[in-house]
Amino acid sequence: MKEMFRIHDKKCEKVTEKVRAGLGQRFLSLSLLAYDMVGLTLSPESLLETAEYLRDTPGLEFQFLSCLSGVDRQDRLEVVYHLHSLTAGVSLQLTVSLPNDRPEVDSVTSIWPGANWYEREAYDMYGIVFRGHPNLTRILTDDEFVGHPLRKSYWTEGGLV
Amino acid sequence: MFDFLSQEPVRVVLALLLTFGFLIGSMLILLYLERKIAAFIQDRHGPHHVGKWGLLQAVADTFKLLLKEDVISANVDRRVFIMAPVVFFSPVIAAFAVLPFSKDLTAINLNVGVIYLMALGSLDVLGLIMAGWSSNNKYSLIGGFRAAAQMISYELPLGLSFVVPVMLAGSLSLVDIVHAQDHYWFVLIQPLALVTMFTAGLAETNRNPFDLPEAESELVAGFMTEYSGLRWAMFFLGEYGNMIVVSSVAATMFFGGWHGWLLPGILWFLAKVYIFLCLFMWIRSTLPRLRADQLMSFGWKVLIPLTLVNLVVTSFVILLLPDAYQLPLGIISWALMLAFVFSFRRVVFPRRVSKSLEFRRTA
Amino acid sequence: MKLIEHHPIESKVAGLRTEEMLLNMGPQHPSTHGVLRLVLQISGETVTDVTPVIGYLHRGMEKIFENRTYLQGIRYTNNIDYLSQMINEHAFVGAVEQLLNLDVPRRAEYIRVIVDELQRIASHLVWLGTYLLDLGAFTPINYCFRDRDEILEMFETLGGSRFNVNYMRVGGVLADLPMGFLGRLEKFLHRFIHTVDELEELIGGNEIFEVRTMNVGRMSPELGIAYGISGPCLRASGVNFDIRTFRPYSIYPELGVVPQVEVSGDAFARYQVRMNEMRESVRLIQRAIEGLPGGPVRARMPHLLRPPKGESYYTVESPRGEMGYYLISDGSTNPYRAKVRPPCFVNLQILPELLRGARIGDVVSVLGSIDIILGEVDR
Repeated sequence: MKEMFRIHDKKCEKVTEKVRAGLGQRFLSLSLLAYDMVGLTLSPESLLETAEYLRDTPGLEFQFLSCLSGVDRQDRLEVVYHLHSLTAGVSLQLTVSLPNDRPEVDSVTSIWPGANWYEREAYDMYGIVFRGHPNLTRILTDDEFVGHPLRKSYWTEGGLV
Repeated sequence: MFDFLSQEPVRVVLALLLTFGFLIGSMLILLYLERKIAAFIQDRHGPHHVGKWGLLQAVADTFKLLLKEDVISANVDRRVFIMAPVVFFSPVIAAFAVLPFSKDLTAINLNVGVIYLMALGSLDVLGLIMAGWSSNNKYSLIGGFRAAAQMISYELPLGLSFVVPVMLAGSLSLVDIVHAQDHYWFVLIQPLALVTMFTAGLAETNRNPFDLPEAESELVAGFMTEYSGLRWAMFFLGEYGNMIVVSSVAATMFFGGWHGWLLPGILWFLAKVYIFLCLFMWIRSTLPRLRADQLMSFGWKVLIPLTLVNLVVTSFVILLLPDAYQLPLGIISWALMLAFVFSFRRVVFPRRVSKSLEFRRTA
Repeated sequence: MKLIEHHPIESKVAGLRTEEMLLNMGPQHPSTHGVLRLVLQISGETVTDVTPVIGYLHRGMEKIFENRTYLQGIRYTNNIDYLSQMINEHAFVGAVEQLLNLDVPRRAEYIRVIVDELQRIASHLVWLGTYLLDLGAFTPINYCFRDRDEILEMFETLGGSRFNVNYMRVGGVLADLPMGFLGRLEKFLHRFIHTVDELEELIGGNEIFEVRTMNVGRMSPELGIAYGISGPCLRASGVNFDIRTFRPYSIYPELGVVPQVEVSGDAFARYQVRMNEMRESVRLIQRAIEGLPGGPVRARMPHLLRPPKGESYYTVESPRGEMGYYLISDGSTNPYRAKVRPPCFVNLQILPELLRGARIGDVVSVLGSIDIILGEVDR
């Protein structure tokens, strides 16, 4: 198991250096989250170009979008992207923070088409608006549903949280 | 008293009553047999609650269907809707009139028996179209049209396969065909016609692997969607009746009808018919379903050319050697059939594995 | 709900106006594998567009997780992918253990792998049976379920329940293997290897099955990777992506997993991949049984777990693809956020791409070959 950690550490270091070199100062934080996961925090404005850079640069090639989650941190909303690089063997967690009153961010469906339903779900559950999404409608709840269920302020058992 | 019974009108009526009874009885037996055979192949029990070994299952099912509420949707074309099962079922009963159960037990010895059967087969299609159209339902309509297309397409190979025993016997009457098999059964010299006839018969009766019109797990639920209770039972029994007719014709034309040793002819006939029926059910439980276009292309591009070739070859051999055509015809026919069966995979369903694209193998 | 624009198509015959038809494969349908609604836009026999409508089985699992403790949450993971439940449990407890930075006892890891691979076999058997039922063959489902029943009986001896077993815990498994379990397992494996061959001969060699699955629903690897498809669907297109080798977890590195890959990318290739995966699972279980160590099966944990603040994203290879849990802990007894990464949710997105231009008869074939579980799609 230790051997595996060492190999992954090296891969992660290489990826981290490449990302740092390519993005310059346009990220908020870059760290090693787990033995095979690099963590990157961005501001919402630089999302699209960073995503394109991550997907297309040889050596990085984060072409596989594994997961796209919304998170309600009460003072802000977050969108967390998990990416896999099949060639580099490394995963990346990309976090974008959005203000509560206007949670808008660019849609990444033009970069990873698989984000389509993920973003619809994030919109459905959290109310995050993805600019440029081809069909941003509710997906899991029914069409007449009011509210965004996964927000911490949504009614849950025992009354309002 | 028996003189009275053997007078022509009385004999006909009695024969018809007997065939009707045979029909209904057979259908009940088939219901049970189908479920038991399917269960046996699928490694399970089948019906075993109702009566010893589940023998009364068919009776229970019949009672259930008789007692069901008669539901007719509001927007259907009422008269056509009600008539469709009747139009589907009647030709089946009518077909039983010419089947040669035994030397003295043929209801009517029509001298154009084969043509009569073909005509009745075409009438069945009308019932399907009526059912599909009158149900006022997209799915039933598509199902009805598909069923009609399938049945019409497969009547051609069926008819062409019928012509071969007719040529060998020299008569269109079913009784004469049986008489012509006094010395040898036609299957020995023309197995290919039997194979094509049986395949076309599978498609004519809407049985697996050609049961797309009534498939529940396909997109369209079939032309029988809106029917329930006794009306549905008539479609169902009509299908079984069709199966019995096809099996009887196969037994008559290729296996010598009532010919056999020791036992009375009727028992031999019934045995042969039931062997074919079990074959129907065996195939049903074993094969998956063909897609609609594959079904049609198989019928038109494979079966019809094959039956035509068979017909031409048979006629040539009979013409060239009018006295001793049996052996050459047998050799040619068996060779053709074996070639067809073994080249089936390559010719009929060519494995279309494409040239693979440039695939990248990643870490 | 406005779904698809109607476009009247001008037919080649002058003056004959044809329209595309909207056909609904409603939520209740024998072959949509659950409550899935497919709105098909068809023109004659060709499907021009498909819109899957999901959400009929949405139960708010992720919200439920936030209101239960970690121990209570394990039981809910079973209901998400209800055909490979313990693999879900593995992903969830794995995520918690990553938060705690916990080392699970070796024996527990081996037992987890044995159980996971048995789940994989059971799930693939259900897939095979139901896929063939959709295609019109009534018999194989009985053979598949006959073998699956043996697996479920073994699960009953393990955790008390055949189906939603709730066997894994944070730090290990619920209890050790009962007496006689390994013997029964080995007998089953000996028999099952021959059953797989028998099924392959019965099904794979059948011309009608071949003609209904070959060249049907071809997916190129670029499309698969772009959409985030994982599991047998992606491996059938030639991409060697298996979480057990990409992000190794548990003791898979020691067992040496060989991901099964095919290149054609059609429904037949997916069938082959799954059959080969069943064989590979049998091999893995046999190796795990050989190497099974002694020791405890559960690390000592406090009853009420309070993992430290942090996040973890733990993925496992479920029979349908990459299953993962993204857990955020705020130090309390309940997860702050538990996001399920559902493989079928993502895999279902590719259905419109695969069906554009296909025939109606292919809809069922392609949908079945993707292998979806609505519990996972909707959560």
